[in-house]
Amino acid sequence: MRLFRWFLGLILFAGLMVLNFTIEMSPLLRILNPLIICCFLCLWRIALGPTPADRVVGTDILGILVVGFCGILAVFTKIDFFIDIAIAWALQSFIGTIALAKFLEGKSFDE
Amino acid sequence: MNETIGYIFIGIGLLFDFFGCLGLIRLPDLYNRLQASTKCVTFGTCGIMLGVFFIHGFTGVGIKAILCSVFLLLTAPVSAHAIARGAHIRGFKPWDKSVCDQYEEDSL
Repeated sequence: MRLFRWFLGLILFAGLMVLNFTIEMSPLLRILNPLIICCFLCLWRIALGPTPADRVVGTDILGILVVGFCGILAVFTKIDFFIDIAIAWALQSFIGTIALAKFLEGKSFDE
Repeated sequence: MNETIGYIFIGIGLLFDFFGCLGLIRLPDLYNRLQASTKCVTFGTCGIMLGVFFIHGFTGVGIKAILCSVFLLLTAPVSAHAIARGAHIRGFKPWDKSVCDQYEEDSL
C-alpha cells in the first residue's frame, strides 16, 4: 500500500512536469507554475493543519514563496520595482512570523 | 554565459521550493514539517535571488537582490527557531515515534 502511494505520487509529479512543458502557454507562466503549485500546497496545510503551529509554519512559507515570485517577475518582465516589493515583503513576513510565534507561546504582544 | 548560470540557479531554486512544500504536506509532525520547509528558504528563494543577481550583474537590481537574499538568510532561522520554541513551550507534543526530546530534558 505504501509502495503504491509512492508510485502514485511519482506518476503525478512526472505528469505535471510533462504537462508543464507540452501545453501551449507563455514562457513566464511555464516558470511560474511550480511556485503556484507550492502556494496551493501551503494553503492546503493552512486550511487542514491539525494544530495552530502548523498553520503558522504554512503562513511563514507562503510569505517566503511570494518573495521568490517577485524575484522571477523582476527578471522576466524587466520591471525594477518588483525587487523593492520583495525586500519589503520579506521584512513584513519576518515581523508577522515573530509576532505569531510570541502569540503561540502564550504571551501578550507587549513583551 | 552569466544568463545561463542565472537560469540554472532559478531552476534549482524552483525544485527546492517544490520539494520543501512537498515535505510540508507529507511529513507527520510539526517539528519535521518545520525542518523540511526551512529548506524552502535557504536554497529555494535564496537560489532564485542569486539567479537574479547573476542575470543582472552589478546593477541596482542585482545589488538589491543580493541584499534581499542576505536578509532572508539572516532572518529565516530566527523565525523558525521562534516558532519551534513557542510551540514547545505551549506544549505541542512531538510524534510518537520520535527518539528523544532533549529540550524537554534540559528544561526539567
